[in-house]
Amino acid sequence: MSALPPIPRTSVLRRARMHPAEPLWWGAALAAFFLFPDYLSFGTSVLIMAMLALSLGLVLGFAGVVTLGHAVFFGVGAYTAALLAIGGWTEPVTGALLGGLAATAVALATGPLLLRLHGLPLVLATLALGVVFYEAANKAGWITGGDDGLFGMELAPLLGRYEWTIFGHTQYLYALAWLFAAVVLVRRILASPFGLALEGIRENAPRMRLIGAPVLGQLVVAYAISGFLAGVAGALSAQTTAFVGLQVFALETSVDALLMLVLGGIGSVYGGLVGAPLYMSVKYFTQQWDPHLWKLFVAALLILATLIARGGLVGLLGRLWRRR
Amino acid sequence: MDALAATLSFTLLYGVSYGLLLFIIAIGLVVTMGLMRIVNMAHGAFAAVGGYLAHWLIGAWGMPFWGGVVVAVLAVAALGAAMERVLYVRLYGAPELDQLLMTIGLCFGTIGLLTLVFGPNVYPSATPAMLAGNVDILGRPFPAYRVFVFLLGALVVVLLWLLFERTLFGARLRAAVDNRGMAQAAGVDVDRLFSVAFAVGAGLAALGGAVGAPMLPLDPLYPFKYLPLFLIIVGLAGFGHIRASFWVAILVGLVDTAGRFLAPEFGGFTVYVLLIALLLWRPNGLLGALR
Repeated sequence: MSALPPIPRTSVLRRARMHPAEPLWWGAALAAFFLFPDYLSFGTSVLIMAMLALSLGLVLGFAGVVTLGHAVFFGVGAYTAALLAIGGWTEPVTGALLGGLAATAVALATGPLLLRLHGLPLVLATLALGVVFYEAANKAGWITGGDDGLFGMELAPLLGRYEWTIFGHTQYLYALAWLFAAVVLVRRILASPFGLALEGIRENAPRMRLIGAPVLGQLVVAYAISGFLAGVAGALSAQTTAFVGLQVFALETSVDALLMLVLGGIGSVYGGLVGAPLYMSVKYFTQQWDPHLWKLFVAALLILATLIARGGLVGLLGRLWRRR
Repeated sequence: MDALAATLSFTLLYGVSYGLLLFIIAIGLVVTMGLMRIVNMAHGAFAAVGGYLAHWLIGAWGMPFWGGVVVAVLAVAALGAAMERVLYVRLYGAPELDQLLMTIGLCFGTIGLLTLVFGPNVYPSATPAMLAGNVDILGRPFPAYRVFVFLLGALVVVLLWLLFERTLFGARLRAAVDNRGMAQAAGVDVDRLFSVAFAVGAGLAALGGAVGAPMLPLDPLYPFKYLPLFLIIVGLAGFGHIRASFWVAILVGLVDTAGRFLAPEFGGFTVYVLLIALLLWRPNGLLGALR
């Protein structure tokens, strides 16, 4: 039994090339900046969750590591960035990088142990690790602020020039720039021999071991890169909202990222980027209508996604594209 | 000395009754994960629905305690059987991620429905008057409710032991858990076995949810909140190890209770640290060889 549903593979030669639909996504993200000036803080949170889903997609969709503990990296990045800002390190870009590095350190510490597992034990261990971090953050109230969280961080203007606005203009473009850099990085990795090795592990880890690939080492590297991106996403969330709460470590954060990725399409770089706006919009608007109804919506989406729409939205669009 | 004895006996009673409750709820999960190789994230939902249904029947319809519990258990068992035939049957042999997603979907659906119907707050649970006070055992007062859960848990364990070890159904079930293909080749109708086992597991979860409401309070997030606890038992026992899961449940109950009692600041997560350490040490279950 494999961990993931079958994933359509694109030719190695075509990976480095840009798909004609890609600029559409970035165009839409920029258009949203001008069209919905009242929703910029919501838009920023969508971009941040898209980045978290992207980082999860790197280990889940390309290396086949099924984890429920990705919120750990998001949370570590968020608290690191918040504590740096409170401690006086108010430069945002380096703050986000340091948040990502802190998460990388956690990934490097836990990866070599966790990634020996696969299947159910891996799911359980990552789930339990998430709970441990949540509880630890809850108990260490003198660092994390406990239930109240950390808030009121002041950041220096971006690049020394752009002030953070109350409407969130700077925040939105800042998050968009980070997301773009992350996508470029992930695409570059996936088109490299290392990216192909990861896919080999996803498809058949024992065979990769037999041909001499250092499977555990490669998984740990992928986990560390993914942890870095998730940590940066967490840092962005702390910086753009000037708030971090325990929620960043909650199981729901991991599950949210997983659902976005699946709705968008696993095994595609744009899976998380397509899934995040969809999922967050459904959540946002159904929550405004009735605060509890969104779970029913998501439940229906999920069950349908597993029964019918294999490959998520990106897979569906891709099939339509080819049929044309 | 007397204080120590009191602490010990309380920890024992609380820990073991808690462990027995966890065992009643989790046994269905042990069987589904062992027999059907399914990551069932929706198992806690059966316990939650059972608990809500029982206490709604008792509270709003004035049914007697036992009547409400029995009706809820039967209803959830029937619901489980229906779900198994309609949804879970599609997950057998499916990739883990698909199983994870669909069962998380079911979990979310249950949470949404419970919130819509019963509201977002903790649902009040009814305990019969006879279980409200204390009972004296060896000259010490113990809460009657805990003693009752202890006795009920012990009864369920004995019945389950008889079912698994002394009936044809149990023999077939054990055979199918050990080696599904061989059991099938020997003429066991594994598909039907799955359905029956699933329904029994769902019913037992409902029983645990209904009776255990004072220990694991009923709120709409129940299916998610206590899931790690149930998964821990499966993870520690090894998938499908029914007898091991009993000892593990008792151990988890004791460790959790003792942890919360003796070191409140770390109590919340001693069990989870234990789980990670043991999973890394023995990915196939702590008592793998004991079965």
